[in-house]
Amino acid sequence: MAQTTQVSTVSDTEVLIRRSFDAPRHLVFACLKEPEYVREWLLGPEGWTMPVCEIDFRVGGRYRYVWANADGRRMGMGGVYREIVPPERIVASELFDEDWTGGETLNTSTLTESRGVTTLAMRIAYASKQARDGALATGMTEGMEAGFKRLETLLATMAAAQPGDSR
Amino acid sequence: MDTDRLNATFAALADPTRRAIIARLARGEASVAELAEPFDMSQPAISRHLKVLESAGLVSSGQDAQRRPRRLEAAPMAEIWEWLETYRKFWEARFSKMDHLLARLKAGESRKRKPRKGK
Repeated sequence: MAQTTQVSTVSDTEVLIRRSFDAPRHLVFACLKEPEYVREWLLGPEGWTMPVCEIDFRVGGRYRYVWANADGRRMGMGGVYREIVPPERIVASELFDEDWTGGETLNTSTLTESRGVTTLAMRIAYASKQARDGALATGMTEGMEAGFKRLETLLATMAAAQPGDSR
Repeated sequence: MDTDRLNATFAALADPTRRAIIARLARGEASVAELAEPFDMSQPAISRHLKVLESAGLVSSGQDAQRRPRRLEAAPMAEIWEWLETYRKFWEARFSKMDHLLARLKAGESRKRKPRKGK
């Protein structure tokens, strides 16, 4: 059975994203490496398309993703494959064109299969703790920034409404 | 955007002892001695962790001058939780697309499945 995504900050410099899929491992692996599949699920912010999805799937090979919106704005990222163990492990560097992650990140995707259910664990290692916190706090997309703004409003309301509440 | 505060919160929560302290305080306020008890750690060591949690605004001291019970401050915890939730939803949207794609790939595979050895 598919489960919902779990996100945790496993160390000072990392983020771990976990998700199970109701599919065998080799298919989930294919979803991570075939451009026609990646295009279908690796969405950008709402309303953005992915005009560029190039993958040279070999150690030392590069990949490049670009998302674009109707106003002509573009957001690109890419990196190099460092390690490939089909169908269980992919290690790749990643850098956004507008480097808001404070240097390259190293992303390790690990796939484990049990009774037809495959769990994907994506560990994203940032260059430093500041980079990780900054990336998390700034938000990856406009959608997330909007979420963060709503949150600030909510917190302001909460702060105003808690004089001496001891719980 | 209060990035500094969020950074401080993340930094404070990056340590397993501090997360355990938070978990303990979620059940109710406690003095430094009470907090130190379950850990193999001296009270000064626990105090140092508490200082980090306090400067991140996650923990505050109570009125009782003798015990100075520490308690959890809900707002920054809510903030970090909400933040992770936004990030999580972003990825969940991607992965649910992948669910659909995988369902299609699975159907395609079973349709063309010829006698195939192993898995």
